[in-house]
Amino acid sequence: MAALGIAMGGGNWFSALALGVTLLKCLLIPTYHSTDFEVHRNWLAITHSLPVSQWYYEATSEWTLDYPPFFAWFEYALSHVAKYFDQEMLNVRNLNYSSSRTLLFQRFSVIFTDALFVYAVHECCKCIDGKKAGKELTEKPKFILSVLLLWNFGLLIVDHIHFQYNGFLFGLMLLSIARLFQKRHMEGAFLFAVLLHFKHIYLYVAPAYGVYLLRSYCFTANKPDGSIRWNSFSFVRVISLGLIVFLVSALSLGPFLALNQLPQVLSRLFPFKRGLCHAYWAPNFWALYNALDKVLSIIGPRGFLRCLILCALSSFLFGWHVHEKAILLAVLPMSLLSVGKAGDASIFLILTTTGHYSLFPLLFTAPELPTKILLMLLFTTYSISSLKTLFRKEKPLFNWLETFYLLGLGPLEVFCEFVFPFTSWKLKYPFIPLLLTSVYCAAGITYAWFKLYVSVLSDPPSSKTKKQ
Amino acid sequence: MLNPLSHPGAGKPPMFGDYEAQRHWQEITFNLPIKQWYFNSSDNNLQYWGLDYPPLTAYHSLLCAYVAKFINPDWIALHTSRGYESQAHKLFMRTTVLIADLLIYIPAVVLYCCCLKEISTKKKVANALCILLYPGLILIDYGHFHLGFALWGVLGVSCDWDLLGSLAFCLAINYKQMELYHSLPFFCFLLGKCFKKGLKGKGFVLLIKLACTVVASFILCWLPFCTEREQTLQVLRRLFPVDRGLFEDKVANIWCSFSIFLKIKEILPHHFQIIISFCFTFLSLLPACVKLTLQPSSKGFRFTLVSCALSFFLFSFQVHEKSILLVSLPVCLVLSEIPFMSTWFLLVSTFSMLPLLLKDELLMPLVVTTIAFFIACATSFSIFEKTSEEELQLKSFSLSVRKYLPCFTFLSRIIQYLFLISVITMVLLTLITVTLDPPQKLPDLFSVLVCFVSCLHFLFFLVYFNIIIMWDSKSGRNQKKIN
Repeated sequence: MAALGIAMGGGNWFSALALGVTLLKCLLIPTYHSTDFEVHRNWLAITHSLPVSQWYYEATSEWTLDYPPFFAWFEYALSHVAKYFDQEMLNVRNLNYSSSRTLLFQRFSVIFTDALFVYAVHECCKCIDGKKAGKELTEKPKFILSVLLLWNFGLLIVDHIHFQYNGFLFGLMLLSIARLFQKRHMEGAFLFAVLLHFKHIYLYVAPAYGVYLLRSYCFTANKPDGSIRWNSFSFVRVISLGLIVFLVSALSLGPFLALNQLPQVLSRLFPFKRGLCHAYWAPNFWALYNALDKVLSIIGPRGFLRCLILCALSSFLFGWHVHEKAILLAVLPMSLLSVGKAGDASIFLILTTTGHYSLFPLLFTAPELPTKILLMLLFTTYSISSLKTLFRKEKPLFNWLETFYLLGLGPLEVFCEFVFPFTSWKLKYPFIPLLLTSVYCAAGITYAWFKLYVSVLSDPPSSKTKKQ
Repeated sequence: MLNPLSHPGAGKPPMFGDYEAQRHWQEITFNLPIKQWYFNSSDNNLQYWGLDYPPLTAYHSLLCAYVAKFINPDWIALHTSRGYESQAHKLFMRTTVLIADLLIYIPAVVLYCCCLKEISTKKKVANALCILLYPGLILIDYGHFHLGFALWGVLGVSCDWDLLGSLAFCLAINYKQMELYHSLPFFCFLLGKCFKKGLKGKGFVLLIKLACTVVASFILCWLPFCTEREQTLQVLRRLFPVDRGLFEDKVANIWCSFSIFLKIKEILPHHFQIIISFCFTFLSLLPACVKLTLQPSSKGFRFTLVSCALSFFLFSFQVHEKSILLVSLPVCLVLSEIPFMSTWFLLVSTFSMLPLLLKDELLMPLVVTTIAFFIACATSFSIFEKTSEEELQLKSFSLSVRKYLPCFTFLSRIIQYLFLISVITMVLLTLITVTLDPPQKLPDLFSVLVCFVSCLHFLFFLVYFNIIIMWDSKSGRNQKKIN
């Protein structure tokens, strides 16, 4: 992939990267897919064959609809294309139906919707300041960022092997971040509101948006030292933001409100029984508090981005029923920060490498083993070497402990996948590889979270005003 | 799946024939004594994927069998493991081939590109990437060991490490006998070098050293089979099945294409078929080889490799479709010198294997890797800007022709048009083969068309490469330096 970048001149390199990764995704079509494949097939069937009033009540399959309404409408739109591939997949009773045409359609739909992600990455690249970089194309922050995002290992294996639709969702998020960087706050807010109604997991980072928009958009001016000028509060802006969120929510939940189905929808979206309520929200409130306690010092889009990542990481570490895939919520925005400062690059590399390694147990089948190892090695090698080259004039990215930790992932993988299956412990304690992986990765991710926190807290105020 | 840069997903079914053959060889070599490997017996039914490659393949299978025994003995149990297929086994087989590639083939490619002269580092990396992206070698999974060794041989001989180079090449021949396609250029080049150094002095010493190296390596590989005459003869009989006829199945060479019009296989007697195939092959490669012996040069060596292998492919007997890879490898080596024609050739060679690949349900990987390869080459070498006569190395040729035909100035234009027509034909044929069903009376229509079209292309390339070799004169090269 590096050579493709080298060989292209001018602005063509971005298209080359996008095309290259699309070709790679096509090659991943016949690989293993998880039950998420059946989940989405089921949702295609539900939205196509049943009237809207039945969508959140249908329970023939165990994989009931538990995403917000916009996603349901998205599946509805897809189902109208699906009927040209294989009509049978749209039958609700065809559980676990996976003909070759179904597979082809589903995989292609993921690849196709990734176009939004590609566009979002393009917009993010515009927000990167690349003046201090060298003349060489591969050393420009824009190029490195594009590779880190477009060819992100985690996104590739979760979306195109395991099977999910994270590509375009992260595209929406990155696009809203880019709009906030470009000071088009209304659009950013709108996009985030839409995103929330596609997948509500992004609620984790909603506090960051809320605080930032309040701080930087609703208060239109700052005092010279950077703190809030309280009398510059603009009611108009608050109202307009509120209106946007309200309108989007109305569009999404409105029909279900009219059908008196709101409680059912909410119970599908937030499936916990009584008593677990406190356990779910408490850690998130703590995360909220932790993030908010720096409210008054958060200045500029970079600060917002850090806050967002902190929210995402905190909820990953302390939230309830969090899936490994949620690490992507922190990894992808962190890529934007990584090409800016050496300190951020270091945190990003630890977070990404550990986070991606923690995704390995998702692909547990034998044929995917070489693929996942090779892709991971390629991505990790590229990210470390390119960021090291970018920041070669500053102090080294890793200290000896961090290097040791990252190198330790190799022996861990060898042990878990190659040595352990041949030992006698496999029968008695089959959970050991998973346990080791989880614990080892948890250490790395917690360390990255801690380091990011410290860097946010210890950022001197004077440098922040310059950033804005 | 071999090439780590592309990841054809593991859900692809393996080529059942080759896959089972390789597994069976592990079974045979592990369970039976050496003396019985090449003989028909109750334990070793030669009709069922009998061993028909030279001893090094057998030793390699034995090594893999030891690893297989450690992991799961069921994979190589005598008789009972026939047709064995499981996820873990597929992974094992793929890994053995991947490791072989990583250790031998890929380092050779990288080192070769590093040794290229007069181009920048960026271009060297791009060159290596394009070679590694060649669809033919990625899609045809099994058995690249011999290509790796052959590449080391080329590297050694080009960089004046003659003994190491010839050793590597001998190992390659002992791995797969098809490497003999490349043997004549090696022989002529090294002989030419000896002549150049003077047969009365250093040249003679070099000749003796090379002869010893070759003989020693052959003896070492064939040691267990040299003890009895019958053993050696049987192995040779397995390696060169002269009884099997001029060609089997559909392959893009002359005999198969010719048999559309005239059924040679049935008309001519058997030994006569072998004689004419022999004659045509040698007549077509003779000029290039003679020139190489008289004027040995690294560039001439590489181009002669191409033309010899192509001659063998077109005219030899019992040629398999996969043998085109033996021609593609040398063409990859001249990628940096004539990017446009090389890319064109490599695309055609991939296309010629279309029926084989479709049989293995490799359509999607084929399309993806071909597109990726084409784009990589087109951008790395800017091939569409390099179609002038000078770039195509046809300048001296067209100058000679212009002495007789002053109006012969449109050569590059013709070639560009031909390229366009060729690509359109290949794409159309691919679409037709994939979407339509052949008519009832001619069930093989599409494969035959593919073979015929590819054969025409290959003839064109044979003529082209021979022209380059024959018209590549010292004066031409001096003129380049002056310019």
